[in-house]
Amino acid sequence: MAQNQQHDTMKCEELLTLLNEYVDGTVDPAICAEFEQHMTGCNPCQVVVDNIRQTISLYRAGQPWELPPDFRARLHAALRERWRQRQGQP
Amino acid sequence: MPADTSNADLVRRANAGDFNALEELTTRHEKQVYSLALRMLRHRQDAEDVVQQTFLSMVEHLSGFREESSFTTWLMRIATHAALKVIRKRRGLDTISLEAAAEAAGQGESIPHPEFIADWREAPHELIARGETGQLLEDALNRLDEKHRLVFILRDVQGLSVRETAQALALTEANVKVRLLRARLALREQLTRVLGDPATRLEPHRH
Repeated sequence: MAQNQQHDTMKCEELLTLLNEYVDGTVDPAICAEFEQHMTGCNPCQVVVDNIRQTISLYRAGQPWELPPDFRARLHAALRERWRQRQGQP
Repeated sequence: MPADTSNADLVRRANAGDFNALEELTTRHEKQVYSLALRMLRHRQDAEDVVQQTFLSMVEHLSGFREESSFTTWLMRIATHAALKVIRKRRGLDTISLEAAAEAAGQGESIPHPEFIADWREAPHELIARGETGQLLEDALNRLDEKHRLVFILRDVQGLSVRETAQALALTEANVKVRLLRARLALREQLTRVLGDPATRLEPHRH
């Protein structure tokens, strides 16, 4: 399989164990430089990092579920009732 | 209520006795709270209970809300803890399992290597705009084990720190990191198999 200069400094396997820290931006700067050097010579690792970032941003953006209308009506009625009780407190 | 009224303004108005402001805060956040609860609990009735508890708790505690954090962060924290309470009740008292101890000690199964590696056909914001990925995302999330799903939701979706996630789930930070990596890799794999452009597919390096 493909071997090149960059792979001598850090292997894909090692990169995998540092993936969280790299994606979260919490990796030590010296290791970060090594990580990036590896990626310039290893397209698959670069694509995996991109994919993971895209995965996280998709999930962050999604609020997919609408409240069932009958539940929403009950929820708002319960809030009104609790509000009324609290306003009635001295 | 104008859409550009800030949450902070709505909180002030609600605390001054304006019920419409409270209702607007609820309307703005109910989908987000319900989605969080459903993703964590995968049970409609339990999720509805969490939504109701969260907003009733908001009514109770809004006067004590301090504006150091955003209202949304504050509310989502209440919702997260309400959902975790349901999970703890379901599980009984086994908070730290043998499995978690082995995982932290590095005796768990090895990290699965990425298999399907390809650029996505479209950027996330384009996928979101077309609204076609909703079911795909939820199906992928549902295929994760609960222990991986919860860590991903708290850390990556809700934006809790590793430490906060560990505290919320009664895990060590090492457990959280291992689970987060597995969750991210598993979701990446599943989404890329559907969203990846086969023409750009790359073979993983083996060495």
